[in-house]
Amino acid sequence: MTVKLTVVRPGALTTVQDRGRRGHAHLGVPRSGALDAPAMSLANRLLGNAPGAAVLETTLTGCALRPDRGVTVVVGGAPCPVTVDGRPTAWGVPVRVPAGAVLDAGGVTAGVRSYVAVAGGIAVEPVLGSRASDLLSGLGPAPLRDGDVLPLGAPAHQPALPDAAPWPAPPTELTLPLRLGPRADWFTPAALRTLTSATYRVSQHSNRIGLRTEGPPLERVSAGELASEGMVLGAVQVPPDGRPVVFLHDHPTTGGYPVIGVVAETALAAAAQAAAGTPIRFTVA
Amino acid sequence: MTPGRSVGAPTQSRSVEVRPAGRHALLVELPDAERTGAFHAELLRRRAAGTLPQVEEIVPGARTVLLDGVAHPEELARRIADWDVPSRADDDGGVVEIFVRYDGPDLGQVAALWGVGVDEVAARHSAYTYRVAFCGFAPGFGYLTGLPAELHVPRHDTPRTRVPAGAVALAGPYSAVYPRATPGGWQLIGTMPDPAPLWDLSREEPALLTPGTRVRFVAETQDGTP
Repeated sequence: MTVKLTVVRPGALTTVQDRGRRGHAHLGVPRSGALDAPAMSLANRLLGNAPGAAVLETTLTGCALRPDRGVTVVVGGAPCPVTVDGRPTAWGVPVRVPAGAVLDAGGVTAGVRSYVAVAGGIAVEPVLGSRASDLLSGLGPAPLRDGDVLPLGAPAHQPALPDAAPWPAPPTELTLPLRLGPRADWFTPAALRTLTSATYRVSQHSNRIGLRTEGPPLERVSAGELASEGMVLGAVQVPPDGRPVVFLHDHPTTGGYPVIGVVAETALAAAAQAAAGTPIRFTVA
Repeated sequence: MTPGRSVGAPTQSRSVEVRPAGRHALLVELPDAERTGAFHAELLRRRAAGTLPQVEEIVPGARTVLLDGVAHPEELARRIADWDVPSRADDDGGVVEIFVRYDGPDLGQVAALWGVGVDEVAARHSAYTYRVAFCGFAPGFGYLTGLPAELHVPRHDTPRTRVPAGAVALAGPYSAVYPRATPGGWQLIGTMPDPAPLWDLSREEPALLTPGTRVRFVAETQDGTP
């Protein structure tokens, strides 16, 4: 029989995420998927789930859930207090939640996004091969609301428990290695120096679409318009205000502002956990 | 792929430029929309024939095609520079017909920009055969080229906060149909009465308009029949 999770407190923004959708960018479908993919994978591994089983991604304020049968969960990613029926329990390791009890992943003490993985994975219907909620195009399940009920898949019989769970701490300073291009030649040499020498900060307007930054504007060689072109994950797009935006998983598949460089995908998990105000240094890899 | 090495400096060959876009992607830039379409068609041909190395995404733009998820981008960049790309035949592929009620709120403004009467907008807009140059903005939103340069119109200075699903719109060189309600700054000239087929997840190919598809707009008469 299918186990169901009822949403008791959805938090500021909690979405279902997995590894996202590939191969549909030419139709305007973003990749989507967990912004901190290593955290999702580790939480799943601790439960014996497939690394890309669907999990819940919370934003700053966590969420609370009530299973109708006993389940095992892991809350990882951004550290936060975890309680079961109000009693404190462990973060970052498997925890048993009895039938009808409320699991609460609280507000983050650092970082931005916590991941709530449940043995068996969240089993909402996949759309184009993924269960991920895509905020830009509205594919996949909508962000959680009070009273939503989520089905779970069948748990693994023998979770392959690792010896230790190496959860990285959220960054207090973010280093983003980028490769210049494809439109680095749209910027002045001074702008390229500014990008790699100035300190930027994570803007509070960041979201799953992009990490917005505050800092000195990057000057372009000319004010001409770029015709719309395909955008990759990690692209550093520079809108007319000159402040770089690092594209995260829900980014538009095409865009009309020049991309000065592309941040390595391996650096994006830390970017997803960098709170507003975190200093950013761009380096040329 | 750092600038100054191999593909870092744009590769110039037959006016194709290949630019690096991170570690696993190439942005191939072409001189115009026509050659971009032909290059995109050539990529699809080679992929179907099994002669294109593994590429996760092929994303056409206005004058570019992005190749993402490429195992050896530098090697592919060198090979692309040597490709002979045939131009695309005008009748390449079937034609999708889209029925339109020409009743948009910007009909008057577009008529004025075109220097014609309001009734003439439908006749002109439905006279051409369009082609999906690329998709983006929203799933199922295709940027259609084919309108002659003298009929290109500017976007609104201030976008509408809500454009209804099915709105038939113009901006710059493009015509499009909004698959769902979104904000939008394009000039609205008509309505596709049933926009559901534009994006239907129950179909194997959810998008009606995929890059390369040819499109004709068919004006509906007053009584609702085509």
